[in-house]
Amino acid sequence: MKHITIGEIVRGDREVFPPYLYEAYQATRRRAPTLPLIEVPLTLSELTGPGPAISAITPADADLTRNAGTGGEAIGQRIIVTGRVLDDRGNPMPNTLLEIWQANAAGRYLHKRDQWPGPLDPNFLGIGRCLTNEDSIYRFLTIRPGAYPWKNHPNAWRPAHIHFSVLGPNQLARLVTQMYFPDDPLHQLDPIMNAVPTEQARKRLIAAYDHDVTEPEWALGYRWNIVARGPYATPFESVGSGGTAP
Amino acid sequence: MRLFPLTSSQTVGPFFAPALLREDARRNVLTQPETAGERIRLEGRVLDGEGMPIPDALVEIWQANAHGRYHHPTDQGPAPLDASFLGFGRSGTAEDGSYWFETIKPGSVPFEGARLQAPHICVTVFARGLLNHLVTRLYFEDEPSNSSDPVLQCVPAERRATLLARRKPAGAVVVYRFDIVLQGANETAFFNL
Repeated sequence: MKHITIGEIVRGDREVFPPYLYEAYQATRRRAPTLPLIEVPLTLSELTGPGPAISAITPADADLTRNAGTGGEAIGQRIIVTGRVLDDRGNPMPNTLLEIWQANAAGRYLHKRDQWPGPLDPNFLGIGRCLTNEDSIYRFLTIRPGAYPWKNHPNAWRPAHIHFSVLGPNQLARLVTQMYFPDDPLHQLDPIMNAVPTEQARKRLIAAYDHDVTEPEWALGYRWNIVARGPYATPFESVGSGGTAP
Repeated sequence: MRLFPLTSSQTVGPFFAPALLREDARRNVLTQPETAGERIRLEGRVLDGEGMPIPDALVEIWQANAHGRYHHPTDQGPAPLDASFLGFGRSGTAEDGSYWFETIKPGSVPFEGARLQAPHICVTVFARGLLNHLVTRLYFEDEPSNSSDPVLQCVPAERRATLLARRKPAGAVVVYRFDIVLQGANETAFFNL
């Protein structure tokens, strides 16, 4: 395998989070910071956040097969994606806003910058959102996205994925990530997924097929749990302690 | 101690706008007519390592109200809430890399004991090519309490200026300018948060 330059600068846990510079993903080269991230104490500003106040959504927002509002249904393999959102001590995160976006069944995004010749689906916007319930469970009905070509390197294809944005109960829990599907031969070829430093952490981005989630004569079921950072200091941080003297 | 391993971050990619910047999800204007506090407009650009604008970034802000109180259950301080102010903003960037918010200048929020933090706005940046988001703070250049702020003091002295929003010469609206430079000369100081 070709040598890949991997940057030193990582936000948070080095076993989990990708470095900012991962040369095989070309867009990181001019966008990755090069100076050390600053260690700072956790204050009220970090231990609060907008999540708890944002709840103005409707149940229809979680049904991507019909939320285009055309009266028609999106084409593709209908799937249910569900799971729990927890913090790193296993505490639930109820009432947490998840916003998702994805390509259609042909791998095309409804976006002006996506112009590859995959067909658009007039009944599919590819966007959805929901709140976790009191048991910290989310659930979306959508269609399985197709793989998607991009120009990062010759014959580059992104594995099928759904983008997730998590607006947790405080700023530390903020997370934007991608969910992948099991048994996809494109995983090992994808620099974005492979920027995640360990196989265990990469596996946690892959949903599991779950026959208990599958609904008869209706939709296949996938289960994917999300663990976001809780409002706790790591060994390198202090809560409410003074900063380093100048 | 982490009992449950964290879910890794992945880039927001180039196609987030229909979801994250839909009409009822973008939040450039944080104020309502009755919101208390000094109206300010924040303007800036998000720039890459070659000084080129980043037209597909997402900037989120989080701040206290004019009294220094966060709209959040963890903030049980004595400062009053403002029912007309949540303190959350979300802006995309235009072709020239620019973002903007209309908000109010936040009050000082507590640090520990009686000690206060300088007025600041928390800033989070997402973009294609950022495998993780970036976290920093905006401070106001004309704020005397900056010199004793516990977080700003963690930033090496020669990098602190990158966190100072510059007040534009007086006009009809108070404008603070805050460019976010992801890489290179004048790289913004980002936090390990």
